Amino acid sequence: MADPQGSGLVFDPMHQFTVHPLFGDQLAWYTISNTTLWMAISVLAMMALLILGTSARAIIPGRAQSIAELMYGFVHKMIEDISGHDGLKFFPYIMTLFTFIIFSNFLGLIPGALTTTSHIAVTAVLALAVFLTVTITGFVLNGVGFLGLFWVSSAPMALRPVLAVIEIISYFVRPLSHSIRLAGNMMAGHAVIKVFAGFAAVSVISPLSVVGIVAMYGFEIMVCVIQAYVFTLLTCVYLRDALHPHH
Amino acid sequence: MTGNIMTMGAYIGAGLACIGMGGAAIGVGNVAGNFLAGALRNPSAAPGQTAMLFIGIAFAEAFGIFSFLVALLLMFAV
Repeated sequence: MADPQGSGLVFDPMHQFTVHPLFGDQLAWYTISNTTLWMAISVLAMMALLILGTSARAIIPGRAQSIAELMYGFVHKMIEDISGHDGLKFFPYIMTLFTFIIFSNFLGLIPGALTTTSHIAVTAVLALAVFLTVTITGFVLNGVGFLGLFWVSSAPMALRPVLAVIEIISYFVRPLSHSIRLAGNMMAGHAVIKVFAGFAAVSVISPLSVVGIVAMYGFEIMVCVIQAYVFTLLTCVYLRDALHPHH
Repeated sequence: MTGNIMTMGAYIGAGLACIGMGGAAIGVGNVAGNFLAGALRNPSAAPGQTAMLFIGIAFAEAFGIFSFLVALLLMFAV
């Protein structure tokens, strides 16, 4: 970005996303880096909430149990509304996706933490897993009839081949847009907070920088929930295609 | 002023890529505005359509994120 010798604004909003190993300086696929650390923390946090929170099994739930029950009910209702009742077979998978993404998003908001979901490498794996699940489920449940998803039978015959090409392209772009939407949103918000932090170097507008950071932080809390919701929602929408390809 | 003409081109391209975010802004505003207009006409049907609102916003917003990504690639990866 800006040259380090330059005066005024010197900051690198993308520096916070660098992956570095925690021990030593070799970076291989098995290295324990800050990404794996924060992913492990988010997995532990979701296990703590869902296992420890609900282990009391109180009739009148406490705070942790209320949160766990609300999340469970929220995802359950979303799958039932969008994918239909037979989509509930995929409830454990979708619940895991939702809790993992929401915990990674929220843990990334801790100052100094790494947002694992801001890396396309992480979200691409999540999106590809959804894509493969949907495609395999579609072919297992419907056989060759799953290809009817691309053959729009309600359109005029002359248009159908053209629509089939568009449908196939849009089907294969899904994992790309699915992953980039989450990673891009998280990365954009954190980069904007860093840009506002960079304004603090200029004394005239530094109060504005504080206000900007606080406002963006509040906005980011909203974005964290909405993006986890949208990712899960789109998973349900794609799953509906696999379960009922003929609408 | 230092740097070569390739860096200049990349920075200009990154700036131009941000025009795409305006399109996403129009799209998201369109979705939310139409949802609100519809919800005010028939408030009882609105809660059932919030999922559709978020799907629409997500699809409209994805293209803004794509342009943001292109800008980032031009600034930091090229």
